Amino acid sequence: MEHYLGLFVRSIFIENMALSFFLGMCTFLAVSKKIQAAIGLGIAVVVVLTITVPVNNLIYQYLLSDGALTWAGLPDVDLSFLGLLSYIGVIAALVQILEMFLDKYVPALYAALGVFLPLITVNCAILGASLFMVERSYNFAESVVFGAGAGIGWALAIVALAGIREKLKYSDVPDGLQGLGITFITVGLMSLGFMSFGGIDI
Amino acid sequence: MDIRETLFKPVFRDNPIALQILGICSALAVTSSMQVSLVMAIALTLVTAFSSFFISTIRNYIPSSIRIIVQMTIIASLVIVVDQILKAVAYEISKQLSVFVGLIITNCIVMGRAEAYAMKNPPVPSFLDGLGNGLGYSFVLMVIAFIRELFGSGKLFGVEVLPLVTEGGWYMPNGLLLLPPSAFFLIGLLIWAIRSWQKDQVEQPEFRISQHTAVEESA
Repeated sequence: MEHYLGLFVRSIFIENMALSFFLGMCTFLAVSKKIQAAIGLGIAVVVVLTITVPVNNLIYQYLLSDGALTWAGLPDVDLSFLGLLSYIGVIAALVQILEMFLDKYVPALYAALGVFLPLITVNCAILGASLFMVERSYNFAESVVFGAGAGIGWALAIVALAGIREKLKYSDVPDGLQGLGITFITVGLMSLGFMSFGGIDI
Repeated sequence: MDIRETLFKPVFRDNPIALQILGICSALAVTSSMQVSLVMAIALTLVTAFSSFFISTIRNYIPSSIRIIVQMTIIASLVIVVDQILKAVAYEISKQLSVFVGLIITNCIVMGRAEAYAMKNPPVPSFLDGLGNGLGYSFVLMVIAFIRELFGSGKLFGVEVLPLVTEGGWYMPNGLLLLPPSAFFLIGLLIWAIRSWQKDQVEQPEFRISQHTAVEESA
């Protein structure tokens, strides 16, 4: 249990997807102007990551990794080179299914998340989490915890940045730094702040 | 269109990272060493150029409702090729790049060029456009990697340039430059530099602080 808790805290704070691995930066910068939108996107990312990382974990363990096809009588087959293509396919398909499911059964949530769901397919945080899962060879339970933690960490970062940017628009920024430039500096400072979590050892 | 224009416009005038905020994820993560950045830049440039070329070749046969999936498949296949080649010839570097080669798939530059340019233009200009945008990306990557590696560890391409204090030299390295936050600051400053030079790229602020007026005037 302690192991999972440690992994959870580490994936939220210490190895924050956005601030220490720079994943999902494009959407991170583009959709962080308003807190409302940032919360919507954050929740969507948490949901999608919690589903896709474990699913990709199963696919990797039972179909792609070296010797995974032993159950089908093919012990010598190593399909891990197909990994990238399968993960992105799984992500695209799951996002699509989630979108249709929400549209049919939870229209309120669909109305709130609708615009952000398609954006998520090309969010590198999602694919990145799956690739990290493979690289660090997590088992199924660990991949669930890691997926949820990574999602929450990313959501936390984007909501915090949106909060800062909402205040920032009233400040007097030098011409050349206006908009994108000052946002980068702000994210840099946030990332510096998050580095202080690095000392936590669980 | 003029070949030179297609090829060089994205490098300075219309830089994908500095102006269009595309493909930043990997630009920040791999830039603590020049060698790794160079490999990453070459990989991305090749993928962008060839994916634009192939997508443009079959652009008239792709039904528009499933075009994203088709583009994704082409890009993912090219990335797999690059990934396998890297693992075969430069295993050490591919270990350092870790997940970031795979993340070329979701790099917005590749998708962005496929969607915005290759779907509407013939193969050869698309190829050049992809190459140009790849070079624009490479330019930013190399500039940041140069600063981070030179001042962060006193080396360029792994060759010692500034002898470090710890090894009997005189240069005290700036450890911050090897950490993630420095990449954000450097890109921020680079954008500032580019926009001071190209005034028309400056974004308009949403609010202006009003000028100070005397009490009787405002009343």
